[in-house]
Amino acid sequence: MSATGIGAAVRRKEDLRFITGKGRYTDDVIRPGATRAVFVRSPHAHASIKSVDISEAKKMPGVIDVLTGKDLATDKIGNLICGWMIHSKDGSPMKMAPHPALAADKVCHVGDAVAVVIAETQAQGRDAAEKVKVDYQLLPAVVDPAKAKSGQQIHDVAPKNTIYEWSLGDAKAVDAAFATAKHVTRLDIVNNRLIANAIEPRVALAEYDAGTEQLTLWNTTQNPHVSRLVIAAFVGMAPEHKLRVIAPDVGGGFGSKIFIYPEEVVCLWAARKVARPVKWTADRSESFITDAHGRDHVTHAELALDANGKFLAMRVKTIANLGAYMSTFSSSVPTYLYATLLSGQYDIPQIHCEVDAVYTNTVPVDAYRGAGRPEATFVVERLVEVAARQLGIDPVDLRRRNFIKTFPHQTPVIMAYDAGDYNASLKKALEIADVKGFSKRKRDAARNGKLRGLGYSTYIEACGIAPSQAVGSLGCGVGLWESAEVRVNPTGSVEVLTGAHAHGQGHETTFAQLVSERLGIPFENVSVVHGDTDKVQFGMGTYGSRSGAVGMSAIVKALDKIEAKAKKVAAHMLEAAEGDIVFKDGKFTVAGTDKSAAWGDVSLNAYIAHKFAGQELEPGLKETSFYDPTNFTFPAGCHICEVEIDSDTGKTEIVSWTAVDDFGTVINPMIVEGQVHGGIAQGIGQALLEVAVYDKDGQLVTGSLMDYSMPHAHDLPSFKVGLTETKSPSNPLGIKGCGEAGAIASPAAVINAITDAIGTEDLAMPATAQAVWSALARTQPRQVA
Amino acid sequence: MPAVSMTVNGKSVSGDVEARTLLVQFLRENLRLTGTHVGCDTSQCGACVVHIDGIAGKSCTTLALQCEGAKITTIEGLAEPNGPLHPMQEAFREHHALQCGFCTPGMIMAALDIVRRRGNDLDEHTIREQLDGNICRCTGYHNIVKAIAAGAKAMAKGGARQAAE
Repeated sequence: MSATGIGAAVRRKEDLRFITGKGRYTDDVIRPGATRAVFVRSPHAHASIKSVDISEAKKMPGVIDVLTGKDLATDKIGNLICGWMIHSKDGSPMKMAPHPALAADKVCHVGDAVAVVIAETQAQGRDAAEKVKVDYQLLPAVVDPAKAKSGQQIHDVAPKNTIYEWSLGDAKAVDAAFATAKHVTRLDIVNNRLIANAIEPRVALAEYDAGTEQLTLWNTTQNPHVSRLVIAAFVGMAPEHKLRVIAPDVGGGFGSKIFIYPEEVVCLWAARKVARPVKWTADRSESFITDAHGRDHVTHAELALDANGKFLAMRVKTIANLGAYMSTFSSSVPTYLYATLLSGQYDIPQIHCEVDAVYTNTVPVDAYRGAGRPEATFVVERLVEVAARQLGIDPVDLRRRNFIKTFPHQTPVIMAYDAGDYNASLKKALEIADVKGFSKRKRDAARNGKLRGLGYSTYIEACGIAPSQAVGSLGCGVGLWESAEVRVNPTGSVEVLTGAHAHGQGHETTFAQLVSERLGIPFENVSVVHGDTDKVQFGMGTYGSRSGAVGMSAIVKALDKIEAKAKKVAAHMLEAAEGDIVFKDGKFTVAGTDKSAAWGDVSLNAYIAHKFAGQELEPGLKETSFYDPTNFTFPAGCHICEVEIDSDTGKTEIVSWTAVDDFGTVINPMIVEGQVHGGIAQGIGQALLEVAVYDKDGQLVTGSLMDYSMPHAHDLPSFKVGLTETKSPSNPLGIKGCGEAGAIASPAAVINAITDAIGTEDLAMPATAQAVWSALARTQPRQVA
Repeated sequence: MPAVSMTVNGKSVSGDVEARTLLVQFLRENLRLTGTHVGCDTSQCGACVVHIDGIAGKSCTTLALQCEGAKITTIEGLAEPNGPLHPMQEAFREHHALQCGFCTPGMIMAALDIVRRRGNDLDEHTIREQLDGNICRCTGYHNIVKAIAAGAKAMAKGGARQAAE
């Protein structure tokens, strides 16, 4: 392993601009003559729009125009879409309600945009927005997903506010298995609604060049080409080749910046209308009521076991709240990204899962780090831990009795796990966490009046999203391959143009490590280009922990082609047969001789082409690959959380966190550990602190960072992170991916630990001090005065 | 429109601002110093932290006019142009204390203020407590804590430019 090759903890190239304040985030982009867009948003969760009076607003200083939903419809701008078709059990398609970028007839959530002010300055825009008079007729708000089916119908297309009633698995076989069970564990679980809150709020800056009829959008997106396609082909804003989308530096995404939102559509449309660039930058409180939220499941789950603690079957019923409109990938998250992971690491012969997705008058819900897999892991790992306690079996032992041990393993829920060694991660985690010493630590803590608990989460997830044919057959409207173009310059340096996108993952470093090692050229000589649809051919973007498994595989395939062509060039230069050329460590040698050519000479010759005879070999050295994965990848591992609880206050301190993950091949262990740290932090946030709360009128009570409890440094421990490795058999590098695993594994480990400490399962997330204290209080006999 | 004058990163600057213009807006829009970021609207996230007369302050909760005559240092002012990086900046890179980079300028400026107030020998508990005013969503803070401890030590080894002034 070289100092900058695969497996090296190379320090990041991108850091220089970030640590010196020279990053170029979308709000940093300045276009001459740019105006500011300020949206007028509904303060009501559900209302019809009787009228919109913009007359006073239009007269305000600095106002260029005020545009409404009616104007948008008149200009025939199309609606936003959900791109993944899901069918209900009865075969009917999901009920996708119209979602215009500016509401014209009714508003369906607090924050739903009704009009937009285009002004010279932000302040003038704000002043004018306050003068827009909207006459609303209030309608009853539907807020609780568990009660949505009996609430006011929100959309004409969706009776009982039901989007779909979907299922997976063999219900009859599951029922038969349950009938033979010696023990059944039952849990009711709420997977709390979360808000991604990337520290950079969303921004859209649109500009129209009337001379070329070209629209340009700078946007905080994780997938510029997908945004371009949707906005061109579905929203009908412009022909695809007349729309350029640029995602410059993006300050975190976690899924929330995948989706195509109303704001970028409106900015593009407005930029053309007012003939000046239009920039919108979200306030944080605006982000709270416009960025897609995450999770929000209500679940009843049951696990059937035999007399030896062997799992026989699982049945799960989930209500998934998708919010007021179907966001871009929303339908897939509680179905094919959730139910397909309910087998966990275990050999469970039968599983059946039913999911009802409903509309409510809340912000749309879509993928958030883990997207369905944290929800699944929480269900499975809570069932398993609770079953162990109910049966008096050690939770490690119960897991071991049921681990899958032979591969490939076909689960009853579509996924076929290709390779893994779950016991290896578990064993390593037990050592690192010093589980042997726990009983003593628990006794010592008790002497100090503290309650200690230990919780496990042995998780598996499916990522490296995804094989196009597989997801297409499940309803996805797009393929999930990735593209790479490797451009060798005459002087031998290389640009890698990737359809992946980095918003914290360090691709400029890791992709360069791969190319540098493979071509035997210095790490400094490799640049990574991404995020601009004018520069980079179509790519699907970054989410679903796919940039390594899919994005790097595309680069490998392109590098294969580069090597093949370079050998041809070298053969011409060295006057040898192509089959005799050996390429190693950046040098081309004629086998069995000392005739060689250096990389830089071969690259130069490729472009000078003096030595090419005839037309068989084209000049140049640049190759493209579109790589479609053959399977999902299956990272898996074991997290162990040890907590200490102050029973007087209910406050949980995480005293130790151990994570041992199998990510297959690791390109840069420093970056991988960073991904795990960040994922665990978000999972702990979900378990202990975070929840988006709506009141009965559909007002978002947790509407700013004052009331939504983001994890701070003092809420979190340091993490002990280890790795095991079983390479993924389904991509050339053997990468499984690591971006979401931390968030997937961790909530179950936290809640398993706290419930272990306090001796009751009657605890929901977030397990705040108040929640834990109350749970403890409920276990104490009442004091009679 | 009132005028305001101050020193930013050692240079005298002035501009016309509204009374309600925030310092962060003056820095980003008037001076085109976009290294200082806005991440929230309730003064929680810390992405906007700069030094005002040597002390860390949240530029999103400071009016430009409040800074009349003040000496401001932003992230752009930590290292000499084309010169070596400040040891705290180096420490952030060395310890992978950033991923998307958006919270980083404010985090570094806050870190320097922790050193100013608590010295160069910082333990984990102190750093975590003192970072209450800065939120990171990417790193989980693990490497930020390591970086700040290392950066603080490196600053003590001399040759470190003072962050203030």
